[in-house]
Amino acid sequence: MHNKTHSQQKISIAGENSLIVYFGEAPSEAVASEVAATAAQLRATLGALLIDLVPSYASLLVIYDPFNTDHHAVRAAIRHALAIPVDSDSSQAGALVTLPVYYSSESGPDLQLLADNAGLSIEEVISIHQQSEYRVYAIGFAPGFAYLGELDPRIAAPRLATPRQKVPRGAVAIADRQTAVYPAESPGGWNLIGLCPELMFDPSVEPSMPVQVGDRVRFKAIDRESFLDMGGLL
Amino acid sequence: MSIDRNSGFKVIQPGIFSLIEDAGRFGQHGIGLTTGGPLDRDAFRWANRLCGDQQTAAAIEITVGGLVLESQINTTIAVTGATIPLSINKQPRELWQSHQVKVGDRIELGFATSGSRGYLAVAGGFTIEPIFNSASTVPREALGGLHRDGTALQTGDFIPCLDSLPGSQLRVSDSHRPDYSANSALLRVVLGYQQQAFSNINKQLFFSSDYRVTESSDRMGFRLKGPAIKPTLDGILSEGICLGAIQVPADGQPIVLLNDRQTIGGYPKLGSVLSLDIGKLAQLLPGGTVRFEAISIEQAHNLLLLDQQRFANTLLEQISLHE
Repeated sequence: MHNKTHSQQKISIAGENSLIVYFGEAPSEAVASEVAATAAQLRATLGALLIDLVPSYASLLVIYDPFNTDHHAVRAAIRHALAIPVDSDSSQAGALVTLPVYYSSESGPDLQLLADNAGLSIEEVISIHQQSEYRVYAIGFAPGFAYLGELDPRIAAPRLATPRQKVPRGAVAIADRQTAVYPAESPGGWNLIGLCPELMFDPSVEPSMPVQVGDRVRFKAIDRESFLDMGGLL
Repeated sequence: MSIDRNSGFKVIQPGIFSLIEDAGRFGQHGIGLTTGGPLDRDAFRWANRLCGDQQTAAAIEITVGGLVLESQINTTIAVTGATIPLSINKQPRELWQSHQVKVGDRIELGFATSGSRGYLAVAGGFTIEPIFNSASTVPREALGGLHRDGTALQTGDFIPCLDSLPGSQLRVSDSHRPDYSANSALLRVVLGYQQQAFSNINKQLFFSSDYRVTESSDRMGFRLKGPAIKPTLDGILSEGICLGAIQVPADGQPIVLLNDRQTIGGYPKLGSVLSLDIGKLAQLLPGGTVRFEAISIEQAHNLLLLDQQRFANTLLEQISLHE
């Protein structure tokens, strides 16, 4: 247990109906727990006065209904939420989701180069990628795009100098100390190391994403046949 | 929802870029979905009000013009926003006014002579199956609209709506119609976010200079060009972006983020443009000029409430059918 009021929090105005809560300068497990817990608390206390929330690495944007409340009342609700201690080791830590990945040069065109640059074998890169439990720090860029961190520094890699015009849906990718699964075909500059057969964003089902901010993610290697059996496309 | 495929409007020509928009998609930022919705909310709500007591019903946002529809229904329509010549069966008709249309009527829109976004509403709204609680089209997200996949209107599309009895013909009084012809706007700004990362000199420069709308302006954001303002921060941890946020990348040229903005981003921001002024910005054509004026959060709230009251208390004018 730790008390959220101990971190360097700040509430700033973002716009006419938005306040942004800063939880610190850098992302961390503790900060992510605080962001998630504060978001959950505000959903409960603000109810219909809340229009939307955008949780991110170390901040929470709170968008409220300016016709039925004001920034003073919302500030008070935020301060109240921040004063509630967070237990970062229990339920607040979010669900654990395991995502299958077909790692290979066939499904991950940057795997070889990333391994070469890291001075590792392809097998080592694949093994290291699976060793960590990642936190969903933020969702954005595109519907269902979850930023997962932190990646083991041994396999961290800068974004491509020239982004690809087309990254396939399900591409498992690395940029700096983050990893992600592309929810849909899109342009992209991350290093591709494999493909995940699971849909990261499916508007036709509820919930439309298998993860939310604050959840934890593990990757598990599957072979080519399992990937195809699970509906993966090459 | 059961939809009568025979009642509605056929798209003869989609025009430059015509999108189904309702009030917008809210409560979905958690999965990365943006708001969408009409860029000029004021023109949108007047179009809807001319067609009945509806403020958020699905209407068509017409960028620049060129939309041609054939009615396969008897109903009431209204077009507001940019000055786009409107004709029904080749007869010129007034904007900011409701019109009866009947089966077989051809509704044609020319091209804007001032402003850039028009709104065509219909009594009861277009009957669009919502996705994530909204009919709004967001092409970048491949979500919403007629086919629910983010595509703009296409030739041959059929936009369903319900029959309605002829209502009284109404018009927005001249004094309540905006004038877009100056191609300039004053945008009120609530300072916020990383405003402390901008020096007082930079803020003075920002609030005393003209900025021009560039060609790289769309529903996601308007890129402006003018005196560069440099924040003391290069970048920040990605964080939530609200409507109207003024983002300043390394080149110092501000970008005002609009309805289809990305939900998170890592550029420093100076604050946000008042929602009431977003429509004025969105009506500008490339080359149009804007100026910014700082207001307090209290002033912003007062202006929002005043605007809501004014809209509710403004009566539409009745038109004699014999005119």
